[in-house]
Amino acid sequence: MSFHNLQELRHSASLANKVFIQRDYSEGTTCKFQTKFPSELESRIERTLFEDTVKTLNNYYAEAEKIGGQSYLEGCLACATAYLIFLCMETRYEKVLKKIAKYIQEQNEKIYAPRGLLITDPIERGMRVVSFPL
Amino acid sequence: MHLGVSESMRECEYSQISTRSSTPMETPYKKRTPKKRKWESFPGRNKFYCDGRIMMAKQTGVFYLTLVLILVTCGLFFTFDCPFLAQTLTPVIPVIGGVLFMFVLGTLLRTSFSDPGVLPRATPDEAADLERQIDVANGSTGYRPPPRTKEVVINGQTVKLKYCFTCKIFRPPRASHCSLCDNCVERFDHHCPWVGNCVGRRNYRFFYMFILSLSFLTIFIFAFVITHIILRSHQTGFLNALKDSPASVLEVVVCFFSVWSIVGLSGFHTYLISSNQTTNEDIKGSWSSKRGKDNYNPYSYGNIFTNCCAALCGPLPPSLIDRRGFIQSDTPQLAPPTNGITMYGATQSQQSHMVSESETESVTKTSAFRAPNSFYRPPPLLSSSSKAPSPSS
Repeated sequence: MSFHNLQELRHSASLANKVFIQRDYSEGTTCKFQTKFPSELESRIERTLFEDTVKTLNNYYAEAEKIGGQSYLEGCLACATAYLIFLCMETRYEKVLKKIAKYIQEQNEKIYAPRGLLITDPIERGMRVVSFPL
Repeated sequence: MHLGVSESMRECEYSQISTRSSTPMETPYKKRTPKKRKWESFPGRNKFYCDGRIMMAKQTGVFYLTLVLILVTCGLFFTFDCPFLAQTLTPVIPVIGGVLFMFVLGTLLRTSFSDPGVLPRATPDEAADLERQIDVANGSTGYRPPPRTKEVVINGQTVKLKYCFTCKIFRPPRASHCSLCDNCVERFDHHCPWVGNCVGRRNYRFFYMFILSLSFLTIFIFAFVITHIILRSHQTGFLNALKDSPASVLEVVVCFFSVWSIVGLSGFHTYLISSNQTTNEDIKGSWSSKRGKDNYNPYSYGNIFTNCCAALCGPLPPSLIDRRGFIQSDTPQLAPPTNGITMYGATQSQQSHMVSESETESVTKTSAFRAPNSFYRPPPLLSSSSKAPSPSS
């Protein structure tokens, strides 16, 4: 897929109709998106591919927000250094967000752009929706 | 393939819009227009400094009062009491005082200057999509429908999600709209005028550290100023001691009145953290057993230790509003007011509303009926993709 088509897709994306995948709050305030397959995408993409993408995204976000040994260590270290350590180090959340951005780009290039779709990274929409410009 | 002259421009290929850097989408034949950063057209009532790095509420007078009180009291302590105490007792006292003071200042500035967890407003497409879903559910009406709520079950407890007419979103659980800052804030605790900012998900731990360390600092200063006066009175008599060190009187007064409120507040927030509640929820009694036998807090982890660790040492989410990013002409701007009329597609957003700076200042405070020209839009780029401005509705 040459980048020209992706560029055109991006430009026309904001003019086109969009499908929004909303957040799933059934497990609290952790970032999770609904895996329900929207009807507008029925003809455009296979259900399993879509669900895989959303599930992988959900897993990434769960990893970012996981409360466990590593996050405690990071939190305590940060507090001890008066949070100055974040001037040189990235938080784990930011690291995972970068991974997510790469994953979405990969998915767009391999799976969605060939079908004329595009996923917008949730971080650009306030972690509220995964938008699929049609 | 390099496009513009600015070093911040990336190559023209498919690339993610990074929230950290700017990727203006310009093509070679466009004239370079001055790029505006997103904070300059932020719809909330916040003030930004240092080119968007610092974010505060609109009213900051009380914050400066807090700063002055802390600086003056500590300044007096280090100037007038510490020399005597260092000589008579131990030089460790000014050192501990200094460390506490730096920590208090650091956490205060961090609380005041950071984004509390503001939720960006819905783009026109999102708002339109939501309106469409709600109309389908309710049956379309020509006028503004009654307040919209969505119910969701979290850990067995039914929670109502309210629709925010200003931000055009269904608020996530625990989020609330701050009327002073005119933003929806995640895990909204309260708006603190002393700190000059909202306290929400992203700065709650700094706020808690601030009031905790301030309690220690206040008690520390209070105790040692009293010690200083007492030790001096042994040498020269009580009245002479007061005359020799008049600053101590001021410090004692300030500390005495502060200690009750600050220590009380620290205790209250310690309770909130250990039960994983926000001030908002506690005041409303959202999870109190008085509401019903089966009413419990679905967000609590069950034990105090985990709740504390989660609140204080949990992962720090990034800011969702990207204040230092550049505004791009092809990203949808904020949803104009609907007034009950639904809009489909993003055509409305492509049209730039040329507004003067003075209009931006007089943003009306009502939510859904905000005048469409209230937000400053970047000037239209000189290309075929931008459309002529539409007449305001």
